[in-house]
Amino acid sequence: MPVLIYAENAGGKFKKSIFEAVSYARAIADQDNTTLTAISIGNVANGELSLLGKYGADKVLNVSNEKLKNFVNQAYASVIAEAAKKEGADIVVLSNTFSGRGLAPRVGVKLQAGVADGAIALPEQSGGKFTIKKTAFSGKAFAVVELTSANKVIALVPNSYKVVETNKTAQIEDFNADVKETDFKAMLKEIVRATDKVSLPDAEIVVSGGRGLKGPENWGMVEELADLLGAATACSKPVSDAGWRPHSEHVGQTGIAVSPNLYIAIGISGAIQHLAGVSSSKVIVVINKDAEAPFFKVADYGIVGDAFEVVPKLIAALKEYKA
Amino acid sequence: MPVLIGIGTGFNITSKNQKYMTKILVCISNVPDTTTKITFTDNNTQFNTSGVQFILNPYDEIALSRAIEFTEASGGPVTVINVGEASTEPTIRKALAIGATDAVRINAKPHDAWFVANQIAEYVKNNSFDLILTGQESIDYNGAKVAGMLGELLDLPSVSIIKKLTFDGNTATVEREIEGGKEILTIPLPFVAGTAEGVAEPKIPNMRGIMSARTKPLNVIEPVEVKTFSEVLSYETPAPRGQVKLIPADNTTKLVELLHDEAKVI
Repeated sequence: MPVLIYAENAGGKFKKSIFEAVSYARAIADQDNTTLTAISIGNVANGELSLLGKYGADKVLNVSNEKLKNFVNQAYASVIAEAAKKEGADIVVLSNTFSGRGLAPRVGVKLQAGVADGAIALPEQSGGKFTIKKTAFSGKAFAVVELTSANKVIALVPNSYKVVETNKTAQIEDFNADVKETDFKAMLKEIVRATDKVSLPDAEIVVSGGRGLKGPENWGMVEELADLLGAATACSKPVSDAGWRPHSEHVGQTGIAVSPNLYIAIGISGAIQHLAGVSSSKVIVVINKDAEAPFFKVADYGIVGDAFEVVPKLIAALKEYKA
Repeated sequence: MPVLIGIGTGFNITSKNQKYMTKILVCISNVPDTTTKITFTDNNTQFNTSGVQFILNPYDEIALSRAIEFTEASGGPVTVINVGEASTEPTIRKALAIGATDAVRINAKPHDAWFVANQIAEYVKNNSFDLILTGQESIDYNGAKVAGMLGELLDLPSVSIIKKLTFDGNTATVEREIEGGKEILTIPLPFVAGTAEGVAEPKIPNMRGIMSARTKPLNVIEPVEVKTFSEVLSYETPAPRGQVKLIPADNTTKLVELLHDEAKVI
């Protein structure tokens, strides 16, 4: 039976995390020797939709119904479940984004499917068992979960599967979803997008600051370093609790878990709750004046030194490297 | 004339010029303290609870605090519900001490989100509420699924991860995070929301709260039968990293080189 991937768009464009999920869903379809159908909801141009083919979709269902232009959790879940039923798909893949995490459980209930949220690897299918590895204990561990239901919903963590290009050309079809009025009780009033900033949850590089930076007025160098690297900015819990930075930048056990290629921690000691949120980072750099800071124990590279001296030097070195 | 909304039968309250009734349910879970070092037993198939302190899930604490703030201003009961065995009662009492009116414990191991959501949905069907809050996720299994599943099971709108929640009469304004921004929504009560940081400051129980928590009603009910869809087979801990490579503070050029040539991340 085919695999269905929900390709979420942000302002009419697909982000890299969506192409990762498409490639991932392609690989699952290949495991099962079946086809991959993508579904896109909202206003997305054909040129953009065809990219879903490039990353592995055989077919794209395009829902361009005016009422579904903006994300409405309940209505989108209905459309995705309807598409799964129509396609006969028994596996639905989503990206583990903020919206994806809202949709996955609703789609799961509609399809009477087990839901593997926070998936970080391809499922293993052997001896009639379908198992999948997911994050658990807020990044302190992983769990191998068996989905025992006939239908399955999987939400893939951004940055945990590589984008793979194929030479496929997807056939694009209009999909008219029949959505009931009661699915539109929640009304979108406003979308605020910080277009000048890299979004943290799916960032490839993250520059993060802690209490060692002494105050919000000192974040200029963190932002400059992030700009140079095309990175998102983040912070530790004490920093967001003190109101130096917004809660949306808090990385850690009760904030956001990130899995970038590079995480640079400046003036963060490395409390166990913070380390939980960064344990999936591929490379960790720690800059801290305290050589005994626990963060050095989980770092790949470290500089023991005063952030106010080291960071400007690092910025200068990066500028030189870029030039 | 009071305007009755939703499915609740709470107290008369006044907000702006509208009178309406409100009754809030807060779903809570019992989780290992955030400082816990996570280890496993039985060939990595069981979480090692030995020596672990269990707490009220921090995100649920935010949900509960917001519910209490709201009802302090407007009246109406806050019920907490937990799916757990008797060992979770200290956490339930903590929620009562923070200010919940009464508590319900569904006497079962919380097998997975599907099981938990079905138990709570069953309770809600028999005891209507105007608003259902829960933490965005529990800090042990991190599914962030209960809010969405409850919404679907009860045919109510749900918002899984919210940063702000305000009320005007029977309509709530909700701020939810999206990658690189936020969305602002309005939703008529009743609905289900999962709360994140920013919704409320966690309330700390005072002495009066702790004393009164002992005598507040805690009803234990037996679970309904639910077909399971998932099983945790085993656990792993992250692979340890190699020894940190220390670079002298005055040689940031070296760090840039290593990140480019060796780590290949820039």
